[in-house]
Amino acid sequence: MKKFILKRLLISVVLLFFVSLIIYTIMRCMPTSYVENQARALATRPGSKSYQEWVSQLNAQYGLDVGVLKGYFRWLSGAIRLDFGDSWYWNQPILDKFKDVIWYSFFLSLAAFILEMVIAIPLGIAAARKQYSMTDYAVTVFALIGISLPSFFFATILKYVFSIKLGWFDISGTVSRMHQSMTDTQKLLDIAKHMILPVITLTVVSIGGMMRYVRANMLEVLNSDYIRTARAKGLSENRVINHHAFRNTLIPIVTLLGGSLPGLFGGAMITEQLFQIPGIGYTSYVSVMQGDIPFVMFYMVFLAVLTLLGNLIADILYAAVDPRVRVN
Amino acid sequence: MAKEMIDEKEKKPEEMQLDDAARVKVLSPGMMVAKRFFRNRLAILGMVIIICMFLFSFLGGAVVPYSESEVFYTSESMLKDYAGATAIDQYQFVVKPGETLPKDIYSKTMIAASTKKYEFTSRDGTDYRLDPVGDEVYVLYARVKTGPKPIDVEDQEIAVGSLKSFTRAASEQDLSYEFCKGALMALSAGQESYTAEDGVYTLEAAGTHGALVKDADGADIAFVSDMNINAVNAGTYLSPDLKLLLIEMIEQEQDSLTVTEDDGTETTFLLQNKNGQYLVRRNQETRVIDSYSAPSKEHIFGTDGNGMDLLARLMYGGRISLLIGFVVIAIEVVIGTIVGGIAGFFGGRVDNLLMRLVDVVYCIPSLPLFLILGSIMDYYQLPAKIRIYALCVVLAVIGWVGIARIVRGQILSLREQEFMIAAEACGLSVHRRIFKHLVPNVIPQLIVFASMGLGDVILTEATLSFLGMGIKYPAASWGSIINAVNDVNVMTNYLFVWVPAGMLILLTVLAFNFIGDGLRDAFDPKMKR
Repeated sequence: MKKFILKRLLISVVLLFFVSLIIYTIMRCMPTSYVENQARALATRPGSKSYQEWVSQLNAQYGLDVGVLKGYFRWLSGAIRLDFGDSWYWNQPILDKFKDVIWYSFFLSLAAFILEMVIAIPLGIAAARKQYSMTDYAVTVFALIGISLPSFFFATILKYVFSIKLGWFDISGTVSRMHQSMTDTQKLLDIAKHMILPVITLTVVSIGGMMRYVRANMLEVLNSDYIRTARAKGLSENRVINHHAFRNTLIPIVTLLGGSLPGLFGGAMITEQLFQIPGIGYTSYVSVMQGDIPFVMFYMVFLAVLTLLGNLIADILYAAVDPRVRVN
Repeated sequence: MAKEMIDEKEKKPEEMQLDDAARVKVLSPGMMVAKRFFRNRLAILGMVIIICMFLFSFLGGAVVPYSESEVFYTSESMLKDYAGATAIDQYQFVVKPGETLPKDIYSKTMIAASTKKYEFTSRDGTDYRLDPVGDEVYVLYARVKTGPKPIDVEDQEIAVGSLKSFTRAASEQDLSYEFCKGALMALSAGQESYTAEDGVYTLEAAGTHGALVKDADGADIAFVSDMNINAVNAGTYLSPDLKLLLIEMIEQEQDSLTVTEDDGTETTFLLQNKNGQYLVRRNQETRVIDSYSAPSKEHIFGTDGNGMDLLARLMYGGRISLLIGFVVIAIEVVIGTIVGGIAGFFGGRVDNLLMRLVDVVYCIPSLPLFLILGSIMDYYQLPAKIRIYALCVVLAVIGWVGIARIVRGQILSLREQEFMIAAEACGLSVHRRIFKHLVPNVIPQLIVFASMGLGDVILTEATLSFLGMGIKYPAASWGSIINAVNDVNVMTNYLFVWVPAGMLILLTVLAFNFIGDGLRDAFDPKMKR
């Protein structure tokens, strides 16, 4: 087991090296509009240097004057020491900004994730129990609608109905106007209230996949020999489902859930942007739009790490939960 | 006997034998799949929706009379400044042909008129004399020296000045100096007619201080008034009749005036008084872009913010969405099958290397990458058409890894099966073994994955276009139509702009998922109990 994890970790590091190299190369193709804007603003100051001089000075300052490969290794040597440099647009060290915004994203995703589990697992199992029944069709259609809903469209509908027509929630943002004068409990409730619509959006657009996953796995378990044996023994249907089938279907579900845990830190770019929640997704979206290369670079590599970590956790869990799976 | 034999032969087909081919209806595996597929109601619904979408976008786009980027205009009644009127408080001069006025004549005249000292010297040194020929009517003479003595001066008539202005009855007509002088003098003297040059002219009082000058035949020649009325737009000619009406309106302090013109059109003028400066405004039909017009007979889905027909844009947007979906999936399938097939078939080091490549591509976060590539395309200002193809390539280059993994997994398991050993034993070439024996067995999974992937691709494209990084104006896309909701005003008041586009995306993606779901059930009957 140890050897397996070690091997996977080593492979992940190698993958990460290439992934970050590719990302860095693409980032360097990005129009450095931020530098140019900055240079233009600086050049208009009285008695300032010319625009060209500013551009070259800023490029040197931001490490854009060296070749891609050299620049990459310079970035890498910093990244290994967890020094990702300063964000251009946010004007502070990237890790500081990251610490400021990550918890919004995490709690938003966590709430959606828990809601997803609570809804998807029972519904998926219910659908599988009575395959081709009305329940099954309803769950399938609901799941497929969730998968097919464009999140921006769904979020807009929610905003229209609940913010504009009913006026229950603010249309965007995390705090209401009177936030400063509230007590701590009220502040917390206020933020929670602002998270309701984003959480609903995230849950609905991502619940479909999990529901279908649960259903498919439950069906597979229900078709297996030991379930037939259990039924042949004369066990009640409830006992068959709840004790024999459900426990076995937990294996892939736990694997899936474990694998998606790192993803909770990844942020939801579109939803956060639509509701103006200052999480990591929204921050990165703004950074992309502003051409803030260091921050976007950090975010992309961060996401790649999360993906690799998710796969690793899923594999380890799979081996750990299911004794039939032998590592090698 | 022979007859019996024939009878027996004729009878024979009726009684079936166990191994008779006609006894059971033979279904090929493909037909079984089709049969199972068509039994699935959701899949059929999906098929119907997709066919409708194709008709809507490809046939509809050809049928609809508008193009995707045709801008519609509407005329809107807007209150616009038409003319300005001010009481004349500065002497106006009608200059005799061939003479010029000194530059400071206006101020000198003012001083002369108020101090009653009618002789003055202009800034350039010439002496002038004003001759009051009537009430506030002066004839200007230049005093030309003819000899050395101060008495040796001769007055030369240069111009006639008054607090009145002339408007010609016909815009091309010229008013002679004599005519104007005569009119002014007659007006100040209160005469009803006067003679100038070649004819007798009559004056007809108009307003308190104005008059209409007519010739002997009774035709209007000019209009004299103490108001200066000018059109706001240079080049607009204000007729004496209209000026007369406007002056009357000003004098009677009416707020509005409706004029019926010769062709029967009615124009309403509104008067605004700004400290003695009068502003005449009127409602004018202006051509404006027909933006956010509600659904009507002409535009069934209304128009968008740029005044383009939404129905046409939805149709053309559908074309682009479906096109991108199919092109991207086609590229993905090609790359994915080749990479996955090679990796699965050869295994070992090749497999390891290719799968690490797949892992690398899989790890690259797609949405931020698309946004970055979108902003790069923005920077190089790619034309909208080329962007579509660039987007296809970008989406496919990131998306093929899923297919490669599926193909590889399938081929890995198929490779060990007996029929492949048999194929190898028969001495078939590697190429033949991969493409004739392995790939056809992967096709079911490929089709299922592709039909579900189509929905994903369309969703991704819509999202990018919504964020403004996908399809760009003037090309239409469902996502970019919804982009209008970033303006809260549009989201609140113009539901017809964004709801249909969103529903179309939802329906199309849903339909592809229904079909994919149905196909999976059809291909994989093990799942059926």
